[in-house]
Amino acid sequence: MLAQNFLLLAAALFSIGVYGVIARKNAVMVLMSIELILNAVNLNLIAFAMMNGSPLDGQVFALFVIAVAAAEVGVGLAMVLMIYRNRRSISLDELSEMKG
Amino acid sequence: MSLGSMLLAAEGATEHAAVASGWFLENAWLIPLIPGIAFFAILFFGKKMPRGGSEIGIASMAASLVLAIGLAVQWVGAVSDHADGAVIRTVTWWESGPFVFTIGQQVDGLSVVLLFLVAFISTLVQIYSTEYVYGDSRYTHFFAALTLFSAGMLTMVVAPDMVQLILGWEIMGLCSFLLIGHWWEEQANSEAALKAFFTVRVGDIGLLVGTAMLLAIFGTLSIQGINDAAAAGEFDSHRMLMWAAVALFVACIGKSGQFPLHTWLPDAMAGPTPVSSLLHSSTMVVAGVFLVARLYPVFHVGLDINVAGQQFNLIAVIGAITLTIAAFLAFVQDDIKKVLAYSTVSQLGYMMLGLGIGAWTGAVFHIFTHAFFKCCLFLVAGSISHTASHHSFDMKKDMGGIWRKMPVSFWSWMIATFALCGVPLFSGFFSKDEIIDSAKHYDYTTLWVVSVVGAALTAAYMTRATYLTWFGTPRGGAAHFMGVPHDTSHEVHEHSAHPDEAEVDDPHLPDFTEDADVHGHDVHGHDDHSHDDHGHEDHATHGKPLPFAPHDSPWKITVPIAILAILALGSGYLNAPAFGIHWFEHQTESSIGLEFAHGGEGAAEGTTDEGGEEHGAALVDEYAMAPGGATYVMAEEGGHEYEAPGPYAVPEPPTFTWQAAIWPGMVLVLLGFLISLGLSLSIFGNRKTVLSPLVGLTKRNRFAGALHTFLVRKYYLDDLYEGVIVRAVAHPIAKAAYWFNQKVIDGIVNAVGKGGKRAGDFVYENIDQRVVDGAVNFSGTAASESGHALQPIQSGKVSQYGALLFGAAAVGGILLIILNG
Repeated sequence: MLAQNFLLLAAALFSIGVYGVIARKNAVMVLMSIELILNAVNLNLIAFAMMNGSPLDGQVFALFVIAVAAAEVGVGLAMVLMIYRNRRSISLDELSEMKG
Repeated sequence: MSLGSMLLAAEGATEHAAVASGWFLENAWLIPLIPGIAFFAILFFGKKMPRGGSEIGIASMAASLVLAIGLAVQWVGAVSDHADGAVIRTVTWWESGPFVFTIGQQVDGLSVVLLFLVAFISTLVQIYSTEYVYGDSRYTHFFAALTLFSAGMLTMVVAPDMVQLILGWEIMGLCSFLLIGHWWEEQANSEAALKAFFTVRVGDIGLLVGTAMLLAIFGTLSIQGINDAAAAGEFDSHRMLMWAAVALFVACIGKSGQFPLHTWLPDAMAGPTPVSSLLHSSTMVVAGVFLVARLYPVFHVGLDINVAGQQFNLIAVIGAITLTIAAFLAFVQDDIKKVLAYSTVSQLGYMMLGLGIGAWTGAVFHIFTHAFFKCCLFLVAGSISHTASHHSFDMKKDMGGIWRKMPVSFWSWMIATFALCGVPLFSGFFSKDEIIDSAKHYDYTTLWVVSVVGAALTAAYMTRATYLTWFGTPRGGAAHFMGVPHDTSHEVHEHSAHPDEAEVDDPHLPDFTEDADVHGHDVHGHDDHSHDDHGHEDHATHGKPLPFAPHDSPWKITVPIAILAILALGSGYLNAPAFGIHWFEHQTESSIGLEFAHGGEGAAEGTTDEGGEEHGAALVDEYAMAPGGATYVMAEEGGHEYEAPGPYAVPEPPTFTWQAAIWPGMVLVLLGFLISLGLSLSIFGNRKTVLSPLVGLTKRNRFAGALHTFLVRKYYLDDLYEGVIVRAVAHPIAKAAYWFNQKVIDGIVNAVGKGGKRAGDFVYENIDQRVVDGAVNFSGTAASESGHALQPIQSGKVSQYGALLFGAAAVGGILLIILNG
């Protein structure tokens, strides 16, 4: 029962994150949405680990994910900063140089 | 090759006498190794050395000589302690499956003799060479090759197994090629080098085949293992052993210049004289004789030598043929080195004859003494050409009358000639007489007659050569040397231009020979290099007598000659049956590998009978040796008690009697000497003698002329080889090959080509153009079109990409859930 709740919460967070990534135009908001997705995954990891009876494994995984996420956000924010310096804007709609 | 890794092979030593020990005996492998290393040192550093690398060569040979002397001393000591078992030490060279190939040393009487001989002669020859080839453009390479040559012979002599023996054998083959062709700028020289190499290679096939057969028969390549097994009759098929012996003997025929393959040896005179002397005395040509002596049980058993009633066997017959035909050929040579070359061939024939009749000791002792006097003769010939005759070796054109001015060379020559002719008390007498005596004693009557006649011929041709070289009127180069005006009326040379004219125009021209037409006809001209004037400046310009002619050659030439002359005189006393000395025999008898049929009838009969019965069971083939063969006594015929001991034992050397030596041997030798002296005087010296009516016989008598031409053309053997065999083999093959090439191969090629073209056309039109190109074009078009179709997806908008990603992931997830149920 308890695990189901966790999973439902995680699914909700994940969906919100996906929505944010797709729908938001502000790059910072997209990064924040990615954080939501990652945290949803973290919740999943902990929940499944508890269901399997070895909670420590999941928590260690989660800690690793948090650490990696911090690095990822660091890189992401640096890129956003550079984009802002160059274009005075961080709107993702205007960034379409990769158009094929 | 570290000492630690060497292991003493105890194999075979148990049944032999106790193994000798001593530092030199156990480190004999150093003797070939030092010159081997010196070869590389000379090649790499020789040019920078003050004396062009010759000092390295001489130092290495001297070091080998010191080791060899120490070895000989310790061996003599060991023999006197009755510890005359061979000292065998080996290291593994490489392994291949069950076969272990080793390299190392086998020291016994035979190898000690040869090691000493080769090191000694090589040292002297190298000292001599420093003067003789001084200033040569390839001085360093000459010494490098000379050193490697000696190293090859030493490697072979000390070999404990067949692989090392072949290694040394082939090194020598290579070096002989290099040295004979040392002055390769002249076509004749390089052709002579090639001829030597190829002729020996023909024989070498026999060595490889024979070695392989020995491996198949005995399962080992160790020489002592082979010898022990052969002597004990431990083989399945006597016939196979016979063929192995024959194959190995073919190699000896090639290497030692025996009858059908002797033609390379005289041509090898194209090399510098030190090379000739080394090649003809201690290295190269005695390699074949050494091989027979080394594997004597194989030959002795394989060819049934000394079996009761045997009159001929392959080795003895080839030796007998060789010694006679070569002696005859020596009569018609003008080139002093060629006389000596044929003399070498003849003496090698004696050695083979000796081995073929069971006179092992006599043959090996003849190797020993022959090395000294023949080396001496060659070095004297070089000394003459170096000092007296302007680098010419032509006895008729450039020599004569020089004996007063070159005392050292002259007396050395005389001593060596006496030794060669078998004059009593000189070394050749003791060795050659033992072979001849053995032939008589062992009931090889025909061969005995041949060998006695050969001895007379030897005396005769050496008398001719000596007279032409040293006495009479100085001619050509020698006339300049002697400071007398060059008087052409006394000249004893023949005109080589037009044979017919020569005969008509020069009726006064005294001549043993009728070489004129030969020179005109000589197809390949290998043999016409009568001079090798490559070394350095002539001593005098032509046409002017030398005002300050030196008396003899420099000390670097005369000292080796004198040493060799002393040995040519004295070395015979190591084994002089005439004086009851059997020292040499005693030192080497353990190397024969077979038992002596010692003592009286009882002992000989006992051993042979026993052996015969024992082996009879093991033999698969019908084997002629009946157990009772030993009872064959020749007493009723020869009046002496001799029993043929059969192939598993060698007969004892005969007891020497002066009576047997004098008649008919020495009488015939004296007769040969007198006839030749008379002929030489009347033909070359224009003196009246009893034999004067014979002068010009070759021109007057058709038969004598034909015989002479036959000799001059060297029995037409060269023509046979080059004109008939090579032509007969090569021409039809070439013709057939041409036909095959034109009709068959070209036909096939053309058919294939046409078929290929048609197939190609078809493929091009149908497969290439339609299928392949179609496929390629289609895939290109498809990719292009799909690319165009998918282009809109690449909007460049991150959000869209994300949406696609998540959409795809969602679809994947749903699929997974559905599939997993």
